[in-house]
Amino acid sequence: MGGQAGIVHKQPDFQVAAPRRAPIADPLVEYLLRLGDDRLVLGHRMSEWCGHGPILEEDIAMSNIALDLIGHAQSLLQLAGELEGQGRDADALAYFRDGVQYRNCLMVELPNGDFAFTMVRQFLFDTYSVLLWDALSRCEHPQLAAIAAKSLKEDKYHLRHSSEWVVRLGDGTEESHARAQAALDQLWRYVGELFDHDEVNDAVAGEALIAVDHAAIRALWETMVKDALQRATLTLPAEQGTRRGGRRGLHTEHLGHMLATMQSVARAHPGASW
Amino acid sequence: MLTRDEIFEVLQTVPDPEVPVISVVELGVVRDVVISGEAVTVTMTPTYSGCPAMREMEADIRTALNARGIAQVDVQLVLSPAWTTDWIGPEAREKLRKYGIAPPGKAEPQGLVMLTRARQPVPCPRCGSRDTRLQSEFGSTACKAIHTCNACREPFDEFKAL
Repeated sequence: MGGQAGIVHKQPDFQVAAPRRAPIADPLVEYLLRLGDDRLVLGHRMSEWCGHGPILEEDIAMSNIALDLIGHAQSLLQLAGELEGQGRDADALAYFRDGVQYRNCLMVELPNGDFAFTMVRQFLFDTYSVLLWDALSRCEHPQLAAIAAKSLKEDKYHLRHSSEWVVRLGDGTEESHARAQAALDQLWRYVGELFDHDEVNDAVAGEALIAVDHAAIRALWETMVKDALQRATLTLPAEQGTRRGGRRGLHTEHLGHMLATMQSVARAHPGASW
Repeated sequence: MLTRDEIFEVLQTVPDPEVPVISVVELGVVRDVVISGEAVTVTMTPTYSGCPAMREMEADIRTALNARGIAQVDVQLVLSPAWTTDWIGPEAREKLRKYGIAPPGKAEPQGLVMLTRARQPVPCPRCGSRDTRLQSEFGSTACKAIHTCNACREPFDEFKAL
């Protein structure tokens, strides 16, 4: 598992001290939490558009995408809970963990901003997600491979939708172009975290045979993203410092606010069913 | 105890809660039925990961079999192989079309596809015209998209190929 030094990343953007960190009990559980939390948090962000979409069809689309993402999260968190063996199911993991226990990347927890920000983020994440699922559908962990094959089908729809919006917004009016470009510029510094490779990845590659080549995925991701951005007449942002920390529970201030809303009903009525 | 075939016949009467013109068997979500003594295990595969109708289907299957005297019904969800609309048979497709929902085309192969691929227009289930346009990738349920027919001017749902 390596010593503490192996997991401390440079933090160019955050003035926070690295918290004392418990050793990772089970890398596979940790890995599944990362996958599940990315989708749960992004799914919740998408669900925040319900009733606020710019047009009815888009309101429905975003709610549908939210449902799929939360469905993927449920499968992943359910499996994480089973492997953890401490009696926590998907609901317990979703509603009764605090922010520091969440393992999602920072990009997905950022507030929705305007429609362009939401769609550009969705496009960047969907592209990554489709490539990741494709790789994981061929991994040797049968349950994760099954979740990946299933989720890939749905995320391909999401990507088609978000990529078409990015092109439409970028190659649209002056206003939509400016908003899409601003969103891209802002989001670009969160991209690097998607492709980070650390001791958890090494451990699951060794023990659970879940080996994903992040460098190869990143190269494909860049090709796909650049192609769409070109069609969208958007400019690729310059290299910037990467903001990271989510994988270790170091989040932006936005996650806590989001969880307070997301978890309020479950925490007010623990054990309730309806 | 009913035979396996008889249980499938019972399940044929359980409608998809969101597209009631076809049954859960015709939809392809019922993968297997195993009888063990007095207990029946029904294996189901979810359509969409976030489909809220899955629990409804599970409850409906349980109720239908309970009504036929099977007290112990165990419904198990399996993810692999992933559900595909290719499992919807020709008769069920025709039922969908008559109901006003364009049946799904052939599912795309697994894996990655080009983002810029061309898409064929979906024939109108009412007048058969191919002069239709996609209105929204996402319809009233996760499994449907919304189109409009330029010939007869009617909007219609498409059961998306998955």
